[in-house]
Amino acid sequence: MSSRDLILGRVRRALADVPRDDTPYEQAIERGYLREHGGRSVEQTVDLLAENLADYRALVHRCAADELAPTIAGLLAGHGSTSVVLPAGLDAQWLAASEVTRVPDRAEGTSGELDRVDSVVTACALAIAETGTLVLDGGPDQGRRRITLVPDHHICVVRVPDQVVSSVPQALARLDPTRPLTWISGPSATSDIELDRVEGVHGPRTLEVVLVSGE
Amino acid sequence: MSGGTFVGMPAFPKAAHEAVNNPTLRGNLRHATHTIRAKRAVAVAELDDWAALREAGKQIKDHTLRHLDRYLVQLEESVTAAGGIVHWAADADEANRIVTDLVKMTGESEVVKVKSMATQEIGLNEALEAEGIHAYETDLAELIVQLGKDRPSHILVPAIHRNRGEIRDIFAREMGEWGRPAPEGLTDTPAELAEAARLHLREKFLRAKVGISGANFMVAETGTLMVVESEGNGRMCLTLPETLISVVGIEKIVPTWQDLEVFLQTLPRSSTAERMNPYTSMWTGITDEDGPQTFHLVLIDNGRTDTLADEVGRQALRCIRCSACLNVCPVYERAGGHAYGSVYPGPIGAILSPQLRGTASEIDASLPYASSLCGACYEVCPVAIDIPEVLVHLRERIAEGGPVTREGNKVVLKPAKGHAAERAAMRAARWAFSHPGALRTGQRLASRTRRFHPRSLPGPGKAWSDTRDLPTVPAEPFRDWWQRTHGGKDTDK
Repeated sequence: MSSRDLILGRVRRALADVPRDDTPYEQAIERGYLREHGGRSVEQTVDLLAENLADYRALVHRCAADELAPTIAGLLAGHGSTSVVLPAGLDAQWLAASEVTRVPDRAEGTSGELDRVDSVVTACALAIAETGTLVLDGGPDQGRRRITLVPDHHICVVRVPDQVVSSVPQALARLDPTRPLTWISGPSATSDIELDRVEGVHGPRTLEVVLVSGE
Repeated sequence: MSGGTFVGMPAFPKAAHEAVNNPTLRGNLRHATHTIRAKRAVAVAELDDWAALREAGKQIKDHTLRHLDRYLVQLEESVTAAGGIVHWAADADEANRIVTDLVKMTGESEVVKVKSMATQEIGLNEALEAEGIHAYETDLAELIVQLGKDRPSHILVPAIHRNRGEIRDIFAREMGEWGRPAPEGLTDTPAELAEAARLHLREKFLRAKVGISGANFMVAETGTLMVVESEGNGRMCLTLPETLISVVGIEKIVPTWQDLEVFLQTLPRSSTAERMNPYTSMWTGITDEDGPQTFHLVLIDNGRTDTLADEVGRQALRCIRCSACLNVCPVYERAGGHAYGSVYPGPIGAILSPQLRGTASEIDASLPYASSLCGACYEVCPVAIDIPEVLVHLRERIAEGGPVTREGNKVVLKPAKGHAAERAAMRAARWAFSHPGALRTGQRLASRTRRFHPRSLPGPGKAWSDTRDLPTVPAEPFRDWWQRTHGGKDTDK
C-alpha cells in the first residue's frame, strides 16, 4: 500500500466517530468577525496606512503624481545609491529625474548581481491600512520576488487612494492566489533576541513608501 | 518519532528541577515572556472582534480536521495542477528518506532552511547530515541554536533561553567554523548581532540551489502555501534556490483562500504581538521565471492521524504554532522549554508530544502533569484549544490506561506504573461514596478523633503536606448538621 493510501485510510478510521455532515462549506463556518475595523473616510484610511507603515519603521513620503519623479530621485540620492533595479513594466517616467544606473530585472540575472545593486523601485498590488502592509503580486511594475529582497533599499510606490484597502479580508478578496504574493509590513526585522523587535536582518533594511495621489 | 536530539530525556519534574535552579535561564525567560505578554495584550485589544475571529479560526480548523481526507486529496490535486510534486510520508523516517533523496537528485550537498517545526520534529537536519548534506538554519534564533550546538526551547524564538551576551559569545566563537566569521569586536547590541547574522548567511543564500521550508498554512482549493516570518530569511529560501522542498504536517490545511483572512489577523498578533509580521510569502506551485522552478511538497503524518483518532485530544491539531500559550504559562516561565523534551514545549507541547509520540517514554508520560491547570493557555489560544481539558484527559489515560491509536492501530494501554496509590485512593472513594452507611460512620469517627489528627501526612504524603496545611475536620459532619437543622425536614423522603 502506498503511504498516501495508508495515511488517507488512517484519517478515515480516525474519524469513524464523527457524524456525517454535508453542510456546504459556506454555511459551515460562522464568520461573525468584521470586514473592517471602525468607520473611516477615504482620507482617514490613507492616513491610517501612513501611520501604521511608519509605526513599523517604514519611511513614508507623500506627493502628487507630477512630483513623483523628483521625489524618487531625491530618495535615491538621499540613500547614496548609484544603481537601481527596475521591473520591466515600471513606468519609465518615474525615474525620469534620476541619473543612477538602471539595472533591468532579467530572468538570467543572478542573485549575486542583485546583491551589488543599491536600490529597487517598484509599484505594488495593494496596501492594507489597518496593518500597514504592502502586497506585491509579481505584476509587470513589481517584477520578480527577489528584486525586492536582495537590495538593501526598497522604494515602493502606492497610488492612493485607489490601491489602499482597509483590512486583511478586503485585501484577500482583491488578490489573485495563483500569483506569487509577498506581504511586506515594514523593513526586515527580528524578535529573536530577547523577544524584542530589531529592524534589519536579511531583507531590505530601509523601506521607503511613496504615497502618490492624483493622476 | 526519530527526533534524535531528545532521546533519553529525563521526566519533566527532573529536567524542570535543574532548569529552575539556573538563575540566568530563569531571568532570560522571565524577561522575554513578560515583554511579549504585555505586547500581545495590546495587539489583541486593537481588534474588537477578537472573540469572533477566534471562534471562526476554531471552526475552520475543526471543519478541516473532520473532512481531512477530502481536503488532503483536494490539496494534492491543486498543488499538482499548479506544477508542484506531492509526496506522502507516514512517519519521520519516511519523510527524511524522501527529502534526502530529493536533495541527492539535485546533486547538491548543502541546503538552506527556513525555520520549520515539522522538520525539527522529524530530525531532518541530522538525517541529512548522516548522508553528507549540510543543512544551514537561517532563522536568527535557529542559527543561534545551531551554532551553539544547543536545542530549541520555544516555538517562535528557539533561542529564548539565551540573552544577548550569550548570543554574542556564540557568534564570536562559532561563526568562523561554519562560514564567514563574526565581525571583529562584535558587541552584544541586538542590531549588531542581527548584522553579523546578515553577513554570515548572505553568502549561503546567494549560492544555495536547494531550499527547505515548512508552511504555516496550505489552501486546499488553490494549492497555495504560506510562510509568515520577520527577517527575510524565509523569502531568501523560498525564492532564490532552484529547488524548493516544503515539509508540512497534514493538519496545516485550510479549505479556502478566504480562510486566510482569519489567521492572518490572529497569528501575528498572537505570536510576535504585531499587527502584521514583516514578511508573508504565498506561492502556488511554480511561477515561470520567478523563484524555484521545481517544487516538492512532502505531507507528513508522523502521529497526527493517531492524534486525530482521540475524540478529546484531536483539538490539539487545530494549533497554528503561535506560541502564545508558552508566553503566558507559569510553568514554562520557570522550567523553560528544554524540560519538555520535545520540539514542542510549553502547554501545547504537553498535549501534543504525548499524542504524536505516545506515552511509552518517561518524559512523554510525565508531560500531561507539567501544568497547574490554571487555564491561561486556553484564554490566549487563537483557535481556542482547551489545553487543560486535554491535559486532564491524558492524565486519566496514563493513570487508568485505555484505548489509543498508535501508527493507525487501536491498542489498549495498561495503567502506568507509579499511580497505584492514586488508583487505590480513587477505588476506596468510589466504594465509600456508594455505601452511605459506611461513609456516615467514617465521617463521624473522623470528627470525634479530630484532636488526634497529625498536622502533616505520614509516609510518601509527607513531602506534599510539608508546604500545605491539611484541612481541619469539622466537629460535626455536614450531613449530621443538615439533619439536625431545618434542612433535614424535606430531604428524608
